[in-house]
Amino acid sequence: MRIELVRRAHPSALARALAPLAALAVALALGALLISALGRSPAAAFDVYIRSQLTDPWALTELVIKATPLVLIAIGLSFCFRASLWNIGAEGQFVVGAIVATWLALSGFGASPWLLPALLILGAAGGALYALIPAILRVRFGVSEILTSLMLVYVAELLLDYLVRGPWRDPRGFNFPQTRLFSDAAMLPTFGDGGRLHLGVLIALVAVFVAWIVMSRTLFGYRLRVTGDAPRAARFAGFRPASTTLAVFAISGAMAGLAGIIEITGQMHQLRPAISPGYGFTAIIVAFLGRLHPVGILAAGLVLALTFIGGESAQIALKLPFDVTRAFQGLLLFCVLAADSLVTYRIRLVSAAGRPA
Amino acid sequence: MASEPSVDVDRAGGVPLVSMRGIVKRFGDFTANDGIDLDIRAGEIHALLGENGAGKSTLVKILYGLLQPSAGEILWSGRPVVLASPVAARSLGIGMVFQHFSLFENLTVAENIAAAMDQGLSLGAIAARVKEIGERYGLQLDPGRPVWTLSAGERQRIEIVRCLMQDPRLLVLDEPTSVLTPQEAERLFETLESLRDQGTAILYISHRLEEVRRLCTQATILRLGRKVGTVDPRSVSARQLAAMMVGAEVGEVRADAGPAGAPVLSVRDLSLPPASVHGIALRDVALEVRAGEIVGIAGIAGNGQSELFGALSGERPANAASTIVIDGVPVGLQGVNARRALGAAFVAEERLGHGAVPAHALSDNIVLTRHAEPGISRLGFLLPAAAKALAERVRTAFDVRAGRGDPAAATLSGGNLQKFVVGREMTRQPRLLVVNQPTWGVDAAAAALIRQALVDGAKAGAAILVISQDLDELFEISGRIAVIHDGRLSAPRPAGELTREAIGLLMGGSGEGAHAH
Repeated sequence: MRIELVRRAHPSALARALAPLAALAVALALGALLISALGRSPAAAFDVYIRSQLTDPWALTELVIKATPLVLIAIGLSFCFRASLWNIGAEGQFVVGAIVATWLALSGFGASPWLLPALLILGAAGGALYALIPAILRVRFGVSEILTSLMLVYVAELLLDYLVRGPWRDPRGFNFPQTRLFSDAAMLPTFGDGGRLHLGVLIALVAVFVAWIVMSRTLFGYRLRVTGDAPRAARFAGFRPASTTLAVFAISGAMAGLAGIIEITGQMHQLRPAISPGYGFTAIIVAFLGRLHPVGILAAGLVLALTFIGGESAQIALKLPFDVTRAFQGLLLFCVLAADSLVTYRIRLVSAAGRPA
Repeated sequence: MASEPSVDVDRAGGVPLVSMRGIVKRFGDFTANDGIDLDIRAGEIHALLGENGAGKSTLVKILYGLLQPSAGEILWSGRPVVLASPVAARSLGIGMVFQHFSLFENLTVAENIAAAMDQGLSLGAIAARVKEIGERYGLQLDPGRPVWTLSAGERQRIEIVRCLMQDPRLLVLDEPTSVLTPQEAERLFETLESLRDQGTAILYISHRLEEVRRLCTQATILRLGRKVGTVDPRSVSARQLAAMMVGAEVGEVRADAGPAGAPVLSVRDLSLPPASVHGIALRDVALEVRAGEIVGIAGIAGNGQSELFGALSGERPANAASTIVIDGVPVGLQGVNARRALGAAFVAEERLGHGAVPAHALSDNIVLTRHAEPGISRLGFLLPAAAKALAERVRTAFDVRAGRGDPAAATLSGGNLQKFVVGREMTRQPRLLVVNQPTWGVDAAAAALIRQALVDGAKAGAAILVISQDLDELFEISGRIAVIHDGRLSAPRPAGELTREAIGLLMGGSGEGAHAH
């Protein structure tokens, strides 16, 4: 008995469109099994994770706030992934972007109206430079960007830990490992009910729109599609793989760094040892669930944000560890990739005698 | 029919070994095979002829269990059978040698054969069988050699031996001579004849009509998914066979090039180390191509053709700027777009994945080599309407038959995609055109159209360099021919002064062959 993947002659366009929804449905079913294996009622979990979140205005606002960094990072990653380059280190670039910009925020430039734009630019630049490390290693020495970008996440997290416990610790912070609170000039303008929605939400929407134009209308987007789909053809077109690699890593790093400083200036207003619940990793799932399409990423960002806020509620209401959320996110990625494969291929079981079983 | 007295298997009884009856295969609303009958007898070499898109591959895939027919039946020695998979086909005794080899470069001959066997055999047992089969059919192979050290002819022998290990009663070969030197092809024919004499049925797919007339006693011709007829190819001329394939007389290419003008491409002291472990180094390549002439480069696959193409196109920079000069400008260190800007155009050997992106629409594939032109992009933005219009122009000018709208490159047949890829460059009216394998795996009608386009391009003043493994093609269109062997290029000589034998010897690496006659 053998399992073969047979390429479909004509992959169905309908199946391709529905694949992410099917993946979501299967992941929810598997999630329900996981919950019942942990001795909780799947119905109660559904209520806590999804229904109560979508009916509560406070939670809906929270959903948008959580989706903002996910969408920003995933938009950047989609540039990489479209060119078949694998930046797994957005989490680290998120942290470094926040650190670099925080340096300016703490260095005591008073109430200049230029402070906020400068912070955002510094955040993006920090993330971009940090992402260029694995890109340069790949271009110059052929090092796998997957490994280096991932390992640099831990370097960034330890650097953050050192700064907030050491040189940047707030002297009047009762020894808590955190920096001083940012001045008002270093906080993103807010709007909406309760003033919790911040400018970052709009920045994410602009990023979606710009990415959509770049991907579909420009020679650069074309270059990424060709590089991802047929690297030899890309070289034949005169698109040098080295500059493509550097460009997409710089873009994805900049977006992650921007998300990092938006999270700080919009929400936390100070650095702490943990500034991300894993946005940089979850954004990989967002990018794939959204089909690497900017509008898809917007939708997928909201779905994954729901798992974060649902997971937080479940910790309290169901006494379920946050690891369940991470496990569900992993299941979802697995289902998305499987669904995409099954659109292109069908499974055939072949018996030893060679007859399809 | 009774030309082979040594064969007595089956033929007397009149039951064909395999009989395909009324085979129909539909893909959606497209009918690839429409009621095809095909009888192959033991001890016969049966040719399957047809243009690309005629339905040859579909029919063969059905015979090898890769596709299931929509209607019709297959009889094996008179009994109906269902070929559900290649494993089922192999267990009946059907072996298939594909046009593109599927071998692991870093494994040895024996390991490659072991990897493809349905039943487990020790490497020692396989090596012994390889030797035995090699002696019986003249297919010499060293089982311990890694594949990357082997020539295309030797690689093909692995594929054939791989089939013969299963003692096939029917052997199917898809365009087997497309990668061989004339001498290697002749050895293959002898092997096939010896297999035939021992009672093996052979289905031989080719578009090289002279070969079919040399080797086959029956030929079934397909056109547009239907069977045109079965003839004895020796009783009709190659022109008549070609006419049956395309449904019209094939025009002969008129190669009456005018006098050559000033040099457009000058290559001097071009040396490059191999790009990879298994690559070939280019050594002191020198060459000049003048406006209005076609220079041909012959050679067996894997002797530096793709390396030379890569250096000329600029996909890989050369050793110094001055080693490659286009129109007086040293471009050795420039990229492909800088060379295109000087009026150079390039057609890569591999259509899918190098010359075109398989999954992308034709109009997107126009952009691939022409994106720097002001009509195709502006300020970094694409102009899709312009690309679509240009794709349409190429399709009309080069008779590219493809689905409606703007289909993906992968949906085109080999011949039609090649016409598109050549047409994409020719419609630029290039000053210099470098083509690697212009008609590799392309049907006769498309090949004639492409060669005519090259000849017409030279007549219009372009300097054209054609790298090809097809000697007939080079003799047909080139004014001068050079031979590449192990990364060295022989001095180009006028085609009229060269014989196939002389070139064959140069291709095999014996330099004195050029002076043998």
